[in-house]
Amino acid sequence: MEQASYIAAQVINGLQLGAVYALIALGYTMVYGILRLINFAHGDIFMLGAFVAYFLISRFGMPLYLVFFATMAVTALSGYLMEKIAYKPLRNAPRISLLITAVGVSLFLEYFCSLRSIFTPDYIGFPRPFEMETYNFSPGGFEFSFTNVQALIFAITFSALVLLYLLVYRTKQGRAMRAVSYDQETAALMGINIDNTVSLTFMVGAALAGMGGVLYGIAYPQINVFMGIMPGIKSFIAAVLGGIGIIHGAVIGGLIVGVSEVIVSAFLSSTYRDGVIFVILLIVLLVKPSGIFGKRSDKV
Amino acid sequence: MRFFLESKKLMLLALGIYVILRLSFSFDIVSEYIEQITIYVFIVILAATGLNVIYGYTGQFSLGHAAFYGIGAYTSAYLAKTSGLENFLFFPAMILAGGLMAALVAYIIGIPILRLRDDFLGIATLGFGILVRVFLDNSDRISETLGGSRGFTGIARLTNLEIAFFVTVFLLLVTRNFISSRYGLFWRCIKEDETASASIGIDTARMKLMAFVYGCFLAGVAGALYAHLYTFLHPSNFDFLRSIDFLIIVILGGMGNIAGTIYAGLLWVGFIEGLRIVLPANIVDLRWVFIPLLLIVLMMWRPYGLMTKKKG
Amino acid sequence: MTTILEVDRLMKSFGGVKAVDGISFHVDPGEALGIIGPNGAGKTTVFNLITRFYTPDSGDIRFMGKSVTHLPPYRLARLGIGRTFQNLRLFKELTVLENITSAYLSGHRYSPFAGIFRTGRHSSVENNAQVKAWVLIEFLGLAGREHTKAGSLPYGEQRRLELARALAIEPQLLLIDEPGAGMNPREIQDLVTTLREAKKRFSLTIVMIEHQMGLVMNISDRILVMDFGEKIMEGTPAEVKKDRRVIEAYLGEEGPA
Repeated sequence: MEQASYIAAQVINGLQLGAVYALIALGYTMVYGILRLINFAHGDIFMLGAFVAYFLISRFGMPLYLVFFATMAVTALSGYLMEKIAYKPLRNAPRISLLITAVGVSLFLEYFCSLRSIFTPDYIGFPRPFEMETYNFSPGGFEFSFTNVQALIFAITFSALVLLYLLVYRTKQGRAMRAVSYDQETAALMGINIDNTVSLTFMVGAALAGMGGVLYGIAYPQINVFMGIMPGIKSFIAAVLGGIGIIHGAVIGGLIVGVSEVIVSAFLSSTYRDGVIFVILLIVLLVKPSGIFGKRSDKV
Repeated sequence: MRFFLESKKLMLLALGIYVILRLSFSFDIVSEYIEQITIYVFIVILAATGLNVIYGYTGQFSLGHAAFYGIGAYTSAYLAKTSGLENFLFFPAMILAGGLMAALVAYIIGIPILRLRDDFLGIATLGFGILVRVFLDNSDRISETLGGSRGFTGIARLTNLEIAFFVTVFLLLVTRNFISSRYGLFWRCIKEDETASASIGIDTARMKLMAFVYGCFLAGVAGALYAHLYTFLHPSNFDFLRSIDFLIIVILGGMGNIAGTIYAGLLWVGFIEGLRIVLPANIVDLRWVFIPLLLIVLMMWRPYGLMTKKKG
Repeated sequence: MTTILEVDRLMKSFGGVKAVDGISFHVDPGEALGIIGPNGAGKTTVFNLITRFYTPDSGDIRFMGKSVTHLPPYRLARLGIGRTFQNLRLFKELTVLENITSAYLSGHRYSPFAGIFRTGRHSSVENNAQVKAWVLIEFLGLAGREHTKAGSLPYGEQRRLELARALAIEPQLLLIDEPGAGMNPREIQDLVTTLREAKKRFSLTIVMIEHQMGLVMNISDRILVMDFGEKIMEGTPAEVKKDRRVIEAYLGEEGPA
């Protein structure tokens, strides 16, 4: 029973981490769906979110709900600018130059923010916006617990997913996004404004990543300008696992990555945590190259 | 041998470059730091050429090239150290061992993953790069010598101008001939259209694997030279960003262009290291703010590489 | 040996739709078989099944008496089955010469070692490749274009290059998918001459999918009519032209040529 409770606790911890990955993976999957671009700078938007929230809380003592909105606004704006300045001029260039540009944007954001006149290259503590509480449950002697931080993360990730679904499947803008990701030229012929649709996709993705940054800061209160690199890569892998371009695929992929990472840390060694992802990725890609929820295509 | 005679002009050029470098090294015209960077340029060119074979010629997107560079580096350094043959006489064998180990791993990993295409192959190789990094971080559990996340220290400095230069020139010539042979032709066919390649009798799976294994062999050899140049290895030397470094050189030089890779390798390393020398100490930290900006501008200016104005 | 190709109750469906529904036919050596039928009748799918770009759900394919159903596409090409594609699949960034030599060299080997160190074996094979390529370049009227990138050739020449590439594997059986697509009557006339000559000169057996009646009726010894993945009739061009089912299913739409 004790072992089972321990596993349950680790799974919940894994879901907490996975939910943050899911928020980042959503932006990756949307941008990839629409531009076929692995936007490596997306992880740095997540970092930006954590830092913006840090300043809003520690300098201005802004209440948490406002911090979320303000951070999302700032990261959405950064996503918008990033696309307009760096990616849009390369819309007709080979995709590989776009990818290299994305790496350039990523490095720029990291090293620019690491300047002491901007943020700092050091680790800094993220202020606790509220006291952590733990809720214990023991249905039938099976003990498990979760914290209010975890509850917050799950609630926010879930609502974000629902809102995103509504946006993509219930609004005119969402329909435009799907049309552009399906076939850009045809979408343009149908009178869809490609530029606006791409901008909107970047902004929504960046807002979600920014939100992920705030939640990450609350859950793992050590932040650093390079904190976005690994979560960014892992989230993209999560998006591929779930089936790139598929919204719920990104979320499930994120949760799988988060849980397996925490389980491996708990039962093997935390130094192996990054390795397990490759093993899962390889298995999924070899069994179903289009990802768990992806559609197969069979054409000559 | 025909192999050398066919490239008489190139051989003369190479010898000329060697003599100039040797003289400036011997008469201390350049600092030891510059000497080291010069040798490093050859190493980077060799590894990037490997990626060019894999990606530029055959069209197999790899975001994990540095992993094979690392495998070569660790293998040769470890073999040299533990066999007690850490000397100039056996160094070529150690270099070869580094290359062969990288090739072997590429062969084993290539059989399953090379079925993937484009970004999916990219992400799988990226994942493999992370796996190698995790392995190197934990390598001290296998042997203390490997050093794990503390790094592999105390490697003998066996890489000098001669060996780096002649190994690189030799392998570049080998690569050039390989590419102009039927194999290189098949690689280019596969990059263009895999279905059509199969329809004319090209064993695409085998040819893709061959390009991948050969490209990784070059990376492994380069890694072996690197290990014995800097005498210290750390897992972070072989991570995702290093893979991107090689990719940048291939793109700037132009896909499927060996000469381009040579120029771009020289420019890229020269620029990054040059900034370190040129910039005053108080703003040297700004280097990594400028470099990505330059990269972004370069990509906008010449999206098909420095030497190609536009496609065609 | 009586037949060169035997297709036996071949089946293939995509997501529940039967694209090829138990078709059987055979091709004799030296023969030219034309396959006609309305769009979506499953003609190209038959080609893709024979060359194994699609895996058949069931049925058997025998080439020169041996079952080849399980072989990968490149092995079939090496055995002597060449093909062209409905929507041209040239190596666009490669030159005309390279497009042709690559096909010849896939069946004429030398080791990587020989390639790297330029041994005698390397030069003799490479020389043969050049000779063979020149024969085909001249035969298909591509002389003067040998160093042009395939992608920058005009459409008609691209079609001819694809034929040259398929011939460079020295096939016994050539599967041609709509060679006349997008060609004007004059070009069609040239194509008929070329195909006839190629057949004689390289002792080819030809299976051709074609919509242009003038072309297909002119070249084929026998014609197979497909509709809904099935063979609806088979016969000489004269018989086919007269058949009521064919006229209804196919010729009726476009009018006899």
